[in-house]
Amino acid sequence: MHRRTVLKGAGAAALAGPFGFRAARAQDATVKIGVIGPRTGVMASGAAVSHFPNFKLWEHEVNARGGLKMKSGQRKVELIEYDDRSQPGETIKAVERLAAQDKVDFIMPVYGTGYNLAAAPIYAKYGYPQVTQAAVTDQIDTLTQRYPGLFFVQGSTSAFAQSAANVLKKLKDEGKIGNKVAIVNVADAFGIELANAGRPIFQQAGFEIVYDKSYPLGTQDYSPVMKAAKAANPDAFVAWSYPPDTFGLAEQAKIEGLNVKAYYSAVAVAFPAFRAKFGNSIENVLGAGGIQDSPEIREYYRKHKEVTGVDADYWASPLYYTFLQILTQTFEAVGSFDREAIINHLKTHTFKTVVGDNTDIRKQRLARYWTVGQWQDGFFHAVSGVGFDNYKPVRLKTGWGT
Amino acid sequence: MNLPAAIALSHREQIKLLAGVLIFGAAALLPFFNTTYWLSIGISIAMFTVLATSWALFSGPTNYIALSTAAFFGIGMYIVGGGLPYLPFPALVLVAALAGALFSAVVGLATLRISGVYFVIFTLGLAELVRQVVAWAQHVMGTSSGLYVLIGISDQAMYWLLLGLAALVFLVGWAIGRSRLGFALRIIGNDEVVAVHSGINTARAKVVLFVISSTFAAMTGALVAPRWSYVEPSIAFSPFLSFEVVIMALLGGVHRLWGPLVGVIPFTLLWEFISAKFPSQTTLLLGACFLLIVYFIPRGVVGLIEDFTRERGGAIRDLLKRWTGGHA
Repeated sequence: MHRRTVLKGAGAAALAGPFGFRAARAQDATVKIGVIGPRTGVMASGAAVSHFPNFKLWEHEVNARGGLKMKSGQRKVELIEYDDRSQPGETIKAVERLAAQDKVDFIMPVYGTGYNLAAAPIYAKYGYPQVTQAAVTDQIDTLTQRYPGLFFVQGSTSAFAQSAANVLKKLKDEGKIGNKVAIVNVADAFGIELANAGRPIFQQAGFEIVYDKSYPLGTQDYSPVMKAAKAANPDAFVAWSYPPDTFGLAEQAKIEGLNVKAYYSAVAVAFPAFRAKFGNSIENVLGAGGIQDSPEIREYYRKHKEVTGVDADYWASPLYYTFLQILTQTFEAVGSFDREAIINHLKTHTFKTVVGDNTDIRKQRLARYWTVGQWQDGFFHAVSGVGFDNYKPVRLKTGWGT
Repeated sequence: MNLPAAIALSHREQIKLLAGVLIFGAAALLPFFNTTYWLSIGISIAMFTVLATSWALFSGPTNYIALSTAAFFGIGMYIVGGGLPYLPFPALVLVAALAGALFSAVVGLATLRISGVYFVIFTLGLAELVRQVVAWAQHVMGTSSGLYVLIGISDQAMYWLLLGLAALVFLVGWAIGRSRLGFALRIIGNDEVVAVHSGINTARAKVVLFVISSTFAAMTGALVAPRWSYVEPSIAFSPFLSFEVVIMALLGGVHRLWGPLVGVIPFTLLWEFISAKFPSQTTLLLGACFLLIVYFIPRGVVGLIEDFTRERGGAIRDLLKRWTGGHA
């Protein structure tokens, strides 16, 4: 092609409008819902598991039953999706684009703590409710006061660390395990925070911390860590770990034959890929997340796989689906996309969802949630949490099988 | 004119200065158009103008490709995130500038004796190094992983702050360009050996420029922190930022002060266009655009503009000549 033609073509495309948006195509009858998330960049792999597939499943389900039942009649939903490339500056721009240019009816939450917080002022400016799942913070009180439309469907960091420590304390108090614990953590953000929150609880609970080490993010070889932990001869092993190292540590524990009765590793034990990789050898491994077994939740996992082609995890995924159920019921109860009315409804009602019949986010946070899960017979059962009366009993680990 | 020679401006410089003031004045009016969407793009453009222009202050004349923008940007963000309970925001921006200057001076003194690919790799590693140090410090101090910067700064104020910083970068760049330092740097860029033999203290010249460039990156990080609300290592020290800045500056052209600016604007608009129209193929299309750019406009937008004015600028030049009384 001649150079000038190329440039002319590009020029014409640019004039037609960065800025004549896709939404213009949408029919009047459809409800426009904005979805922003990282398709590329550091956050992309996590978002591909729990963020995007749930929106896809939701769109599929709502449209399959004829759409949302609004005052104006039944309306199908159309997702308008943007990639924030794991950059907060892009997240902010994408929310502005959805609100000011596409003029969407509703904006779903973005993915990641920092990204949700960066976007919060924009949601607030336009009055959109921001019901987040992928945001973990210890500042829920401050943040919900600051942003009246901001909701958290995820527990705080300290709750996760405390629960894990309490699960082990209970086992010790019942005389099922001894009092020696080995603790390792990834020297990065969440790992540091969990380790710092967990350490005093173990000390107060009368545990003897026989090994306490951090390893850098991106470590490839976990054998020194695991060898040293094993040499300390602990009764329980706790790793405040991230996705790549959760896998590496489990692999090495298996190789070294780390013989503990309780093995806990934080983020990623709840991922389907974790079980896919290790099979039955991770039976009775403990990790962050967990879900209570029920026919509804089993149905959710089946549909998720059928519609999106990927397996849902046992932590974030069902909670994504939970807030989508909450929002669906709210939209239909309010009957319109009046943003203030939606926020009011969320603050005054409870909802029937896959995690319970009275799911409550009235105080801008989930009232009850699970924090520790355990692989038992191929399902990652919740064994501890906040706000529930009883949990599935914890089993002791008996080696790593074959 | 009675001004001392160092400050005295030629007729041509006066016109340039006037043009600069008019352009910045016009840009400062954006918030009054009451379009928050364009304002958010304006903020992006202003931020990258500061980063790319200050990057080119050092890398343009010396031809040292520095990938350290993210390191200093992150330091700025962390100083605001960590210091907010103790100091007001404006003071923290100054502290960030100071910290950026000090740190870059140390780094510059240690590394500007290496050149070429060694320097590039070192600067790329620098952001990761600082990130690990921050993680280690948090581990030792037992703080939470994320820092919150919850001070409400309106979009308008954010835009004006960044625009003001951009104006400052241009002023500094312009002052350097007409100083002995700027002259020395141009010689270094052409041939460092010749520069040394002409008696230029090349190490000092390079360190000074590196410090200036990095100080602006740290200040940008500090200013942007309230907009992003939350500071964590993966956000503050994103290596992607360093690459983006280099790409934008090179797209514009680094041998003129205003070069990066004419790279930042089309780049930001192009990427906004791609993000809005083809949200699932952003990276792919951007890659294709780069190929086209490298192939068709290898000298950057500056080269394109210069070709254009050379071809068709005769008439304009005549006009200017008449208007300025023959000095242009």
